[in-house]
Amino acid sequence: MAETEMQLAAKSPCAGLLPLTIGDVTLTEDTPAAMTLIAPYKGQEKPLSDALNAAHGMGFPAPNRATGNAEARAIWFGRAQALLVGPVADPKLAAHAALTDLSDGWAVVRLEGAHAEEVMARLVPIDLRPQVFKRGHTARTELQHMMASITRIGPKALQIMVFRSFADTLVHDLKRAMEAVAARG
Amino acid sequence: MRITCPLCGARDHREFTYKGAALPVPALDSGVAEWDAHVHLRENPAGPHEELWQHAMGCGAWLKVRRNTVSHEILAVELAQDAGLVIKEDRS
Ligand SMILES: [Zn+2]
Repeated sequence: MAETEMQLAAKSPCAGLLPLTIGDVTLTEDTPAAMTLIAPYKGQEKPLSDALNAAHGMGFPAPNRATGNAEARAIWFGRAQALLVGPVADPKLAAHAALTDLSDGWAVVRLEGAHAEEVMARLVPIDLRPQVFKRGHTARTELQHMMASITRIGPKALQIMVFRSFADTLVHDLKRAMEAVAARG
Repeated sequence: MRITCPLCGARDHREFTYKGAALPVPALDSGVAEWDAHVHLRENPAGPHEELWQHAMGCGAWLKVRRNTVSHEILAVELAQDAGLVIKEDRS
């Protein structure tokens, strides 16, 4: 008798919703292997930053900034915390900070195109134009009614993150804004 | 109305959640009268007022904000962690 082998495959937060191209703006999903919230203990900011540099090659980001690169990024994620996106966090960091695995907790999308900021201008209350919101800049802000993390990851590209449970709403809101911007020509 | 978060910069008031007056917390062994005043009695001024807001849709920080209740002018903002409102831990 043949053996039946069951294989469970992880489903990404935006599975079945993306990719999407409307006009000259493209929306795609990113599925980083790991996401870890890093909250430094009191007075441990400097040793933590050194340990982060040794383990993953980037310092702990200042408020409103992201460090690292596409493979391994540390995104300032609010008061006294940052999110390590990409590699699995080195356990050595735990000596200086509380580490929380959020890998399956957030939806990560990439909005790219000449009119990406015009799409975002319909959804967020902050200025994301490249002359203001430059490479390496990040912000915690509101996207419609969702708490979001927005990071510039390219001259015409923004990374947007919301809670995984809001993935459907995020894509819906972005799609409507993309359609509205495209309709203006 | 905009509030300048010490961490995030000037943000629209929709990103913030209001709590109430920024009051120092009484010592845990304070009497009933002092706790009653802390919980119930408010000045309700027409003018500058010290209050707590949370940057809930932003960085999550609690802020102590000095706001003119007549004009909504924001006069000062600081992180609540620096505002000396917490109970002093005395383990002596
Ligand atoms: Zn803030």
